[in-house]
Amino acid sequence: MSDVKDGLHYTQSHEWVRQESDGSVTVGISDHAQHALGDLVFVEVPEIGRVLKAGEACAVVESVKAASDVYSPLPGTVIAANTELSAAAEAVNQDPYGKGWLWRMRLDGNSGLGQLLDAPGYRKLLAELGE
Amino acid sequence: MSDSPSAVVANRRTPLYADHQALKGTLVGFGGWDMPLHYGSQVEEHHQVRRDCGVFDVSHMRVLDLTGAGVKDFLRHLLANDVAKLTHPGQALYGCMLNPAGGVIDDLITYYVNDTHYRLVVNAGTAEGDLAWINAQAAGHAVEIQNRTDLGLLAVQGPKAAAHIAAQLSATQPWSALKPFHSLRFSQAGTEWFVGRTGYTGEDGFEVMADAPAIVALWRRLIDAKVHPIGLGARDTLRLEAGMNLFGQDMTPSTTPLESGLGWTVAWSETRDFIGKSALSLQRQQGVGRRLTGLLLTGAGVLRAHQKLFSQGQEIGEITSGTFSPTLQRSIALARVATTATTPWEVDIRAKRLPVVEVKPPFVRHGVAKIALG
Repeated sequence: MSDVKDGLHYTQSHEWVRQESDGSVTVGISDHAQHALGDLVFVEVPEIGRVLKAGEACAVVESVKAASDVYSPLPGTVIAANTELSAAAEAVNQDPYGKGWLWRMRLDGNSGLGQLLDAPGYRKLLAELGE
Repeated sequence: MSDSPSAVVANRRTPLYADHQALKGTLVGFGGWDMPLHYGSQVEEHHQVRRDCGVFDVSHMRVLDLTGAGVKDFLRHLLANDVAKLTHPGQALYGCMLNPAGGVIDDLITYYVNDTHYRLVVNAGTAEGDLAWINAQAAGHAVEIQNRTDLGLLAVQGPKAAAHIAAQLSATQPWSALKPFHSLRFSQAGTEWFVGRTGYTGEDGFEVMADAPAIVALWRRLIDAKVHPIGLGARDTLRLEAGMNLFGQDMTPSTTPLESGLGWTVAWSETRDFIGKSALSLQRQQGVGRRLTGLLLTGAGVLRAHQKLFSQGQEIGEITSGTFSPTLQRSIALARVATTATTPWEVDIRAKRLPVVEVKPPFVRHGVAKIALG
């Protein structure tokens, strides 16, 4: 059973979103997602300043076996990216909600987070997926 | 439209299916079989084989026993490599079975048992097609073909493989005397064992064939002896580091051995005809337009099959197998490129052009890097 952190928001495509105190949000992939991908060997994060639409593919996580896109959960602008992952992709496997974060963004408007799943909703999704 | 429900053909399971489940293997469909992809970490399994020893269930591969007075002549006609090179009982030969256009139907290992008995080991996904093709070609030859679906297969691979095999199986001669690409047949505890010093990893190792109950028992003894179970995921990265082709990716029925880095497996002789020879001869005369080679990605990223290659903006070919090499900690690939392509080369990864350099496979042998990493 994979770890679903309370207090985070989640997407149907297995990204997590954390509201920060300065109003920005941090984005990563869930424990379920990292486990399904297997050992990650390469991570490409979006450039700072990039303007993202909701659902836009903007990062790539690659395991030994396959490459997978990561989608922006909401519209906004990238303000930071976890470039340390270029030398340590395995951090996403080891600590998906901590050192394995992918990027931080400032959202367009304030209303978006409510559209995402909360932790109980995401657990329900995983249960439906047969986990 | 038919009203009858479409037939769902379930994947086949090897005799070790329950053991893979018990070891928490992630099982996936491969070549019509449910096979373990990994048992937790594909990368760790890869390192275990390079540094210690691992055991693979390869019971999905097919053993065909060909017997009869005409078997040698038949195989000399069927295969692009020449079984006449096999002079000592137990010796093995790698090669391709071609269609009349010179395309690769399958790659396989042929073991010479004696003059009236050769054993072929072919790929899982191609086994039924191979069998139909071989049966059709065998018409008029004094050959019998036995489809040995009763046998299981294990690959025991790694620098400590010989010690583990010696601890489990008592052959009639010491294991140290068994040379690479040779095999032994012997009986132990009522079981007929067939063990080749062969593999698909670039390490020392053995491929063991026996009836299914004996294979299951040997697997369990090896697991008890702390040999690591290894899935198909690591099998793929190990073989690619070793510079070994995978049928269906690096060569197919529409590519010839000469275009697939397998020219060394074609035995040319004026006196021997084989299926596909005239097409290969013509290709050789006219010049082979494409070749298979090795690539190293200079920077970060992962090379993957079907990524396109460019030289000065012109497309020159594509990757046939690519991965991240756990041993080299860099991305490597096999690629088919135009023989006329001039360097430097670039690869297109998600609409970015990144530099790659050509390197000569193998990338890794016996745990050691065989290419310069720059």
